Amino acid sequence: MSATPTLELRNLEVAYTVRGIDRQVLRDVSFSIAPGEAYGLVGESGCGKSTAAFAAMRYLPRNGKITKGSIFFEGDDIVSISEAEVSRLRRSAISMVYQNPSTALNPTIRVGKQIAEVFELNGMSSDEAMTKAQEALTTVQIADPSRVMRRYVHQLSGGMAQRVVIAMALASNPRLLVMDEPTTGLDATVEAEVLDLVRELRRDTGTSVLFISHNLGVIRHMCDRVGVLYAGALVEEGATAELFDNPSHPYTVGLLRCIPRGGLHKSTDRLDTIPGTPPALGTDFSGCVFADRCALVDDKCRSQQPQMVTIAGSHVARCFHSDGAKNLPRSVENISFAPQHDAGASNFGETLLDVSHLSKVFNQDGHKVRVINDVSLRLGVGETLGLVGESGSGKTTIAKLVLGLTPPEEGGVISLDGKGLAQTLNRRDVQDVGAMQIVFQNPDQALNRRHSVTRIVARAVERLRRFSLRNAIERAHELLSGMRVESTLHSVRPVQLSGGLKQRVAIARAFAGAPQIVVCDEPTSALDVSVQAAILNLLVDLQKQDKTSFIFISHDLGVVRYISDRIAVLYLGRVVEFGTSQRVFSGPFHPYTEALLSSVPKIDGSIRKRIPLTGVVPSPSNPPSGCVLNPRCPRKQGSGYESLCESEEPNLTEVEPGHFMRCHIPVEKLKQLQN
Amino acid sequence: MLRFIVKRIGLSILTLFLVSVIVFIMTSIMPGDIAKQILGRDATPEAFEIWNKEKGFDKPLVVQYGRWISGVITGDLGTSLQYEMPVSEILGPAASKSAQLALVALLIIAPVSILGGVAAAMNRGKKVDRVLTVGGLSAAVIPEFVWAVVLILLFGVAVEAFPVYAFPEEENPNLISSVYHLILPSIALLFVLFGYISRITRAGVVEALDSDYMRTAVLKGLSRKVAVTRHVLRNALLPTIAVIATQVPYLAGGLIAIERVFNYPGFGNILLDAVIARDFPLLQTAVFLTGFVIVSFQLIADILFAVLNPRIRQRVTE
Repeated sequence: MSATPTLELRNLEVAYTVRGIDRQVLRDVSFSIAPGEAYGLVGESGCGKSTAAFAAMRYLPRNGKITKGSIFFEGDDIVSISEAEVSRLRRSAISMVYQNPSTALNPTIRVGKQIAEVFELNGMSSDEAMTKAQEALTTVQIADPSRVMRRYVHQLSGGMAQRVVIAMALASNPRLLVMDEPTTGLDATVEAEVLDLVRELRRDTGTSVLFISHNLGVIRHMCDRVGVLYAGALVEEGATAELFDNPSHPYTVGLLRCIPRGGLHKSTDRLDTIPGTPPALGTDFSGCVFADRCALVDDKCRSQQPQMVTIAGSHVARCFHSDGAKNLPRSVENISFAPQHDAGASNFGETLLDVSHLSKVFNQDGHKVRVINDVSLRLGVGETLGLVGESGSGKTTIAKLVLGLTPPEEGGVISLDGKGLAQTLNRRDVQDVGAMQIVFQNPDQALNRRHSVTRIVARAVERLRRFSLRNAIERAHELLSGMRVESTLHSVRPVQLSGGLKQRVAIARAFAGAPQIVVCDEPTSALDVSVQAAILNLLVDLQKQDKTSFIFISHDLGVVRYISDRIAVLYLGRVVEFGTSQRVFSGPFHPYTEALLSSVPKIDGSIRKRIPLTGVVPSPSNPPSGCVLNPRCPRKQGSGYESLCESEEPNLTEVEPGHFMRCHIPVEKLKQLQN
Repeated sequence: MLRFIVKRIGLSILTLFLVSVIVFIMTSIMPGDIAKQILGRDATPEAFEIWNKEKGFDKPLVVQYGRWISGVITGDLGTSLQYEMPVSEILGPAASKSAQLALVALLIIAPVSILGGVAAAMNRGKKVDRVLTVGGLSAAVIPEFVWAVVLILLFGVAVEAFPVYAFPEEENPNLISSVYHLILPSIALLFVLFGYISRITRAGVVEALDSDYMRTAVLKGLSRKVAVTRHVLRNALLPTIAVIATQVPYLAGGLIAIERVFNYPGFGNILLDAVIARDFPLLQTAVFLTGFVIVSFQLIADILFAVLNPRIRQRVTE
């Protein structure tokens, strides 16, 4: 350990000035990254992860400043060096990749030129720089680099744009690469590819990495060591496997328990949550930063700031009760409830929603694009149907068709409780409209910011239940309280609420019409894991109580697995696999499902061999002939069915009781290949 | 791209058609009788009738419109009632005068306003920003003809730094003298437009400065100055160009008052005279040509905007 660390933060304190007052964001943060090491920072939003990352780049917002401590890069303190020296470091030694690659690139300059700029900065001629830029694109394994060079960012997919950003970051041959949520917002399969790429590049270049993510699975997969931040303080640090297997700070324990993972399912497990909410920016603490939310708290925790104590080797935790952290009492009782029917059973419950032969064709620049192709689904009373698939697979379009927001093509039938529904919303009666409601991903945009929370919900009650205003308001209060929104908050406007509370209000609004079915479109994707757990618990409670059915759309397979009774896997607007949650997740898998599942980094560190999908998702305007998956199918080659796969589209057939697949390869053969 | 341009041109022609109809109707229903003015109060009803017949005013409006518009299209702009001269001979020289004034004004207004906007954005929240923003806005609420009078009093009469007439009195003025005479009127227009254009520029630059790609540029190791010139200005000035182009109509309106105050023999002055004299052929054509200039500038702005913005360019190519 004698080598000089690439990056070292020592007792770093950062404050943001808000309305004239300094509010502390980082509290006495110290950690170091050895040459070639990957260090992960985890924690929920607002805990200071990104601030730490930008501080390492010496790039803080206009109102941010370093109030104490040092940042050493290869032994030199970079806190007080001049802007020009900082620029020189960024040009040659430290690079950064962050979230949203599509906005990180300049929309009016060709991407090749943007990469070349880095080489030019380091003194190359513009021709030389362009050649090097193309080489850099080759290094990040982008298809057809010479064409990509001439593209603008809006012509690239998210995964490609992130490769371009990575190529640009690596162009300066940096010794430290800071990655702030580099794969957040990308599809699971694309995320897996980008992560593989980063790992490979790291092996080749020996670059040190500071990796920031809210996704614990990704961190476990990518990092050698990991630090946990809470309220701007480092509360635990250690080698990744040791820390994940033996978490010793109550916050880390809580964080890990929130995540629906492994085989957790709503029928047998309730997710634990972390009670309370994170402290506001700049709160002063006399004791432990986590004291207010900790189940192990005692007087000492409130009056004294704990120091780091050694757990094992380099594993340290800032807690007086690290010994007991593992046995942290649950904040949510684990009441398992008897499933309405056996989770593995093939028979459906009483059918509530029956969707058959649904198709949707969009007109795009005069071309007909079939985004949904002959989809048939069933949903039972009190059940959850999970829809999974990459972006563009048609998940949201199916939800829109069911809700009547857009009419299906001729022949598509949607019936609720055995009664056919009108194809569009304005031709459905109030009862039918109230029977199916939706909860969106982003409650900020879904709630009218000018109205009070009560008014938002009461208005929906008034419209959908034909209540008088007075009764509607009363009902709104009941609903909000049922969603555990405290009565003191009923008169506020959405902007005064946290993300989790806003989503509770959105759920209350969806339940205003006493719905039979609620469509949840990525309802927890914008939320922190502890809030996500609370919302999922709430949805499960509501389902138990009212026998409400859900159509649940999420890109997070762990969440879908937890909450769903049945799952439909979609690819290019087709259902490729449909069955009970347990069947779909335990196999035998459809080749697409198999690839999708294998791309998710597992939080327990177990490594499943990744089954890559080659190439890109084809355009629905020009789908491949035969099975639409065949050009990318990981199981086609050597299956003996190649010519069939390429010429004929398979039907959705029942391969086991209650388990349907759209694949030419017999299920026995798949089972054999997948073992 | 070609389809896009053709479509825009088509729309522009449609706009011009509507303009021509509106202009024609408006001038036709204007009160006042030119025949009385020209022939005198004592003329006999027969004389009026003959005069009206001669000028074609006895025909139905549709026929009159048709005759006028086909004339305009074929280049025959009609004859002024007041001067008894072809309209083209009156408007031609005046238009070129106005174009000179507009050009000088634009050459002063565009760079100064854009620079002001960029300076305000770069010093966001500081004193420079506040002075430019508040100052620009305050100046804009005062109409251009008031500014013109104030400027004449200050720099034409009190200090005598600039001429009070916008048109040189000598026979064959050289370029410098011509431009020099146009500076004061241009400044009056600048005062009115500065606040608006600089504000739009400022908003564009602020948005670009806060963008992720600006952050990328800085984190790549570009100095702030280089990052701003390479990555911010191009994106920020896009909307500004469109705004300046849309301000041309305003410039045209402002010119009328300014030309009057500075006694400049331009288009605006002629237009005002035509209104007062009820000289319909001259008025109709002058207003229509003003509309033509405005629509043309809008068209140019749209095409320029598309050429500069790859996203629009791509969409229109596909």
